[in-house]
Amino acid sequence: MAEVLVLVDSADGTVKKATFELLTAARSIGTASAVVIGAPGTAAALKDQLAEYGAAKIYVAEGDELLGFSVAPKAEALAAVAAQASPAAVLVSSSAENKEVAARLAFKLGSGILVDAVAVDGDASATQSIFGGAITVQSKVSTGIPVVTVRPNSVAPVAEAGAAEVVDVAVTLSDAAKAATVVDNVVEAKGSRPQLADASVVVSGGRGIGNADNFKIIEALADSLGAAVGASRAVVDAGWVDHQMQVGQTGVTVSPQLYVAVGISGAIQHRAGMQTSKTIVAINKDPEAPIFELADFGVVGDLFQVAPALTEEITKRKG
Amino acid sequence: MNIVVLVKQVPDTEGDRKLDPSDNTLDRAAVDPVINYIDEFAIEEGLRLKEAHGGEVTILTVGPERATESIRKALSMGADKAVHVLDDALHGSDAIATAKVIAKALGSVEWDVAIAGSEATDSRSAIVPALVAEILGAPQLTQARKVTVDGSTVTIERVTDTGYQSVSGSTPAVLSVVEKINDPRYPSFKGIMAAKSKPIDVKSLGDLGLDAGEVGLANAWSQVTSFENAPPRSAGQTVKDEGNGASAIADFLASKKLI
Repeated sequence: MAEVLVLVDSADGTVKKATFELLTAARSIGTASAVVIGAPGTAAALKDQLAEYGAAKIYVAEGDELLGFSVAPKAEALAAVAAQASPAAVLVSSSAENKEVAARLAFKLGSGILVDAVAVDGDASATQSIFGGAITVQSKVSTGIPVVTVRPNSVAPVAEAGAAEVVDVAVTLSDAAKAATVVDNVVEAKGSRPQLADASVVVSGGRGIGNADNFKIIEALADSLGAAVGASRAVVDAGWVDHQMQVGQTGVTVSPQLYVAVGISGAIQHRAGMQTSKTIVAINKDPEAPIFELADFGVVGDLFQVAPALTEEITKRKG
Repeated sequence: MNIVVLVKQVPDTEGDRKLDPSDNTLDRAAVDPVINYIDEFAIEEGLRLKEAHGGEVTILTVGPERATESIRKALSMGADKAVHVLDDALHGSDAIATAKVIAKALGSVEWDVAIAGSEATDSRSAIVPALVAEILGAPQLTQARKVTVDGSTVTIERVTDTGYQSVSGSTPAVLSVVEKINDPRYPSFKGIMAAKSKPIDVKSLGDLGLDAGEVGLANAWSQVTSFENAPPRSAGQTVKDEGNGASAIADFLASKKLI
């Protein structure tokens, strides 16, 4: 069976759940091979985790130079692995950077690319949800090796033992790959909340919150659920929260197991970024708010009463 | 410093956007076209760079006849001139072919930076700027929330999941900017009038030295094989809070094993 390459996402020695999802999807196409690109020593910490989700091989491209330049080195490293493995497909999770890496890789391979798949079939064709979820599209790559970026939370990860044979790959970067230098890496996000794009649970606040200070009600509810925090565009435009937290047509698209919309009316701009969520819960004082048209469970009420009470109730039930 | 801003015309996100069942491409007649909202931030950033460093701002658009409307809007904001790549053979081109056309078209103008919006609201793939950089071997300075130019060095703050990366490269460089990087200006009446007489250089594929066999639906490296309208998400249960709203939600979450 042909190999299917999966670009590994990790942070602080932990493989991200989205990678386990891709390894699971890869096994339905062929043999799953993980590709670790990072600083020296990265792969050693990830090997056992990748083995648990069926990685037959782990291609390892390590070097400080790979992280010293933006985006292009990862695409060159993946291309070097692809040249060695002759894969049936390449899967990466749909983060902003990974999509750019995948695009550059596809061009290098002379291959088509499918972006933001919400499902991947055994022939590496994909399902995409477009126009804010209004249309579902089936698509395929017609030239070259399918390069597919997959939205986090699209595949249920299933564990399966893999041999995890480590294959070191030497990458010599071209001058073009060294054109954009990473001068500094600045972490601004505070606390330990999950990241929005790939979180399993997201709690978002909207205009109904009233002011920046009240956003702590959203954060408290999110923390009781172990959720990432999002916001509607109105909240971002008002300057109450950072732009990175915007869920919607022109922000982050999320597809979590559970999406809780608090004080969000549900304009098309917002719905476009969250309506493929598996379960949607809404709290809004306006019974006519469009968010209730997509909510699996809605409460018409004052968020300043309902949200804190829900935080308390969840905390109590979780014991 | 000469600046090219990549502008795409897209269907209005407020409209009921459709695909054309005859060939699974965008139904351009279904919804009024508008300038891609995020491109307005790219235009604004281009104008600010011109104001700070001199030079000219050129709008570059690949698109059908009607894209002229979006080009005029960009010119009315203050851009100096435009290049419009217009050719029937482009219909149905994928992102990679489009990037090849943009890369070729950039060869026909003087530029130090090419700036795009971080994504278009129709495809949302957010890959064309990276592809243009790849094709040209130019520095990719994308997803910028801040752009600084010092001589021939361009430095950006690239938005990441956890904060930002400071990334720099030498001109000519390919940039993309995220929304909120600035506050795009509205066209003034004077700007709108002036835009009517600004030059738009219309180029065919042949003018750029490209072959129709490299672009278009038939030559795309990926294709849509079918589509269907997603079943509307049906509303579930909605209850009025009578003091028990929170516990009702908790019961619901428990029944779904979500807590």
